[in-house]
Amino acid sequence: MLYREAGQFKSSYTADMAVFPILQDRIGLGIVLFIAVVIIPYFGSSFLIQAIMIPFLIFSLASIGLNLLTGYTGLLSLGTGAFMGVGAYACYKLTTYFPGVNIIVWILASGFFSAAVGVVFGLPSLRIKGFYLAVATLAAQFFLSWCFIRQPWFYNYNTSGAIEVPTRALFGIPVTGATSSFTTRYFVVLGIVIVMTWLASNLVHGRIGRMWMAVRDMDLAAELIGIRLLQTKLLAFAISSFYSGVAGALLVFMWYGSAEPSVFDVNLSFFILFMVIIGGLGSLTGSFFGAALIFILPIVLRYIPPKLGIPIQSATVDHIQYMVIGALIVIFLIAEPAGLARLWQIGKQKLRVWPFPY
Amino acid sequence: MTMKSYLLGAAVAVAAGLPLLPVGASAADGIYVPLFSYRTGPFAGSGTPIVNGMADYLNMLNERDGGIGGVKLIVEECETGYDTKKGLECYEQVKSKNPVLTNPYSTGITLPLIGKAAIDKIPVLSMAYGLSASADGSNFPWVFNPPATYWDGASMFVSYVGKQEGGLDKLKGKKLGLVYLDAPYGKEPIPVLEALAKDYGFELKLYPVPAAEMQNQSSQWLNIRRDRPDWIYLQGFGAMNPTAVKEAAKNSYPMDHLIGNWWAGGDDDARPAGADAKGYLSLDFNQVGTDFPVIQDILKHVVDKGKSQTPKEKVGENLYNRGVLNSMIIAEGIRNAQKLSGKKVIDGTDMRRGLETLVISAARLKEMGADGFAAPMAVTCADHSGHNAAYMAKWDGTKWTKGSDWIEPIKAKVMPLIDEASKAYATANAGWPKRSEACDAK
Repeated sequence: MLYREAGQFKSSYTADMAVFPILQDRIGLGIVLFIAVVIIPYFGSSFLIQAIMIPFLIFSLASIGLNLLTGYTGLLSLGTGAFMGVGAYACYKLTTYFPGVNIIVWILASGFFSAAVGVVFGLPSLRIKGFYLAVATLAAQFFLSWCFIRQPWFYNYNTSGAIEVPTRALFGIPVTGATSSFTTRYFVVLGIVIVMTWLASNLVHGRIGRMWMAVRDMDLAAELIGIRLLQTKLLAFAISSFYSGVAGALLVFMWYGSAEPSVFDVNLSFFILFMVIIGGLGSLTGSFFGAALIFILPIVLRYIPPKLGIPIQSATVDHIQYMVIGALIVIFLIAEPAGLARLWQIGKQKLRVWPFPY
Repeated sequence: MTMKSYLLGAAVAVAAGLPLLPVGASAADGIYVPLFSYRTGPFAGSGTPIVNGMADYLNMLNERDGGIGGVKLIVEECETGYDTKKGLECYEQVKSKNPVLTNPYSTGITLPLIGKAAIDKIPVLSMAYGLSASADGSNFPWVFNPPATYWDGASMFVSYVGKQEGGLDKLKGKKLGLVYLDAPYGKEPIPVLEALAKDYGFELKLYPVPAAEMQNQSSQWLNIRRDRPDWIYLQGFGAMNPTAVKEAAKNSYPMDHLIGNWWAGGDDDARPAGADAKGYLSLDFNQVGTDFPVIQDILKHVVDKGKSQTPKEKVGENLYNRGVLNSMIIAEGIRNAQKLSGKKVIDGTDMRRGLETLVISAARLKEMGADGFAAPMAVTCADHSGHNAAYMAKWDGTKWTKGSDWIEPIKAKVMPLIDEASKAYATANAGWPKRSEACDAK
């Protein structure tokens, strides 16, 4: 009915190849951005912004990072948590050494440290594939966790062994630390996530993205048509780790405020991997869907019983929530093994031809 | 999939999203005390009895006295599963309901809340956990950690060992081992033990247990067999404790030379090793058992009426009673705050003053029906822990018993370290606010 491309004529190749060729999609994106940029900061409560939106955006960014590697290039990684940790610790070290530099510069710069570490641990991907590569990246996870726990240099010989975020201001407004307002932090996170998603979208729709996908679909064939595997795979590792690193720095500086090394353990890697798998491998929209399902849905489920006035113990709610989420994941994956992004695509396709499907 | 099921799905999604809109609970009709619990997750074994004790005592006050100062307490649990993510979500959730304080019950959750406490005006009560340095009230006016810090605990261990060996000077040349969880919590006692090792000339041996290997400590205990430390201090948590106790029994390490810190003293920590763990000691600052009028009141007003989640036979266990003690501190803080502010329904700011002038004397303990339940404690403006005494609880094969008298921490060694750490924290966190809150007279 409303979602229909009839009457929209493309008069150039650019228009035909656009990421969002249909007008309604562009309007929809505009509405989503409007809600994120205007409605939520002005009308959202502190709970909505601090406990839901900020972490949701950060996890979305991390799962975009992993999606570039696993979804687009077909390299399975279990080291995301550790690469996020590298970003967080790099940012912490940088800002303690150079407190005068703008914190946003350091958050983005910490991505490069993470990228460098990612490249080193990505080297085995040239020889090993699939589950074996997952095990190799798991080694990165364990090694880096060990560094964060055992090497006091990383946490500045702090007696508590945790890293704490100092207050840093941007144009006189505190951006990090306890005195910063949640709206400021939200805008910083949102800005970084929007820009980096846009960059990722350009990457995957361009030459580099096509190289990645060629490697994913059949690396021998990709090599035969002239794609150099070494550079392509390492580039995927570097860019993916860059995204993870920035997400990790945001996680600690914009959300937690302080972090123990256990924050970046293997559970975080799995958490992000689940988001990618459930959201949809090889889809940027899917990364957001996955983060929403894995992170936001449990919070929503927790609040349903009290809202309905059902007297139920908080621990019971937690148990029920685990069961419901588990069941939902199974149901979604049976309904559509390619993830929520595919489901979304099918839905749009059906809408386009509705009510005359044939 | 048909169009219809799509629309249906969308409708369900929207309906599910609706409850997200926040509602502020009106706190006018009571004092809102949120309890962060972890009845789920890897540490549920320790978390469940603690939160049971906390909730039962506060509910007992509601049932027996109609609350505190005539105002009902609104007790609400928020499940964290010992997960920092969920803990922060809980914090955001309770923040809008005018809580008088938070009990994070996890080092990982306490650390981020330390910074937020001063901004949101919600005091943090981390009873004998969290950041040891936060005992310095001049730097951390919003954080409280009575009755003792981990550093006090470690010094009590050394002091007890010294006594058993016939004087602290006899420690020279002895080997003291520390078996600890390789995480910020487990590493807490190291600076104190290192400082004391230098002073008293004993050798400190470290045996870290990685969090992922909590239940497989054979390599650590192999090293212990090789090194033969004379005494071992166990700073473990959750599943790590019963494993350590069982390993000690298996390696026939003398049980009365294995001393757990207070979070290694759950009934479920010693029970799996059963009779083999006989003689295992654990630092403790609350008494065990039901022979106190206050516990009897809980049984009468709450547990027997079916208003509790606690199985009756678990009332009086060590960690349960610790939860009760924690709630006693909360309740006394509220009482104090009411007195100081002259208000019935207090807020976080009043509560901070109340906790800062907290004095629980022996006479007051008796009045509360808890004669000898804990060492008398006092918190001051400068000292938010009080560095109070603890004792050794001894496992007799089936239950905890009193194994020693009250042991004072070696304050002369601990206090300078706290000062130093607190200063370091303020410098590292540039922009850490200077204390602006006035001190109240007692």
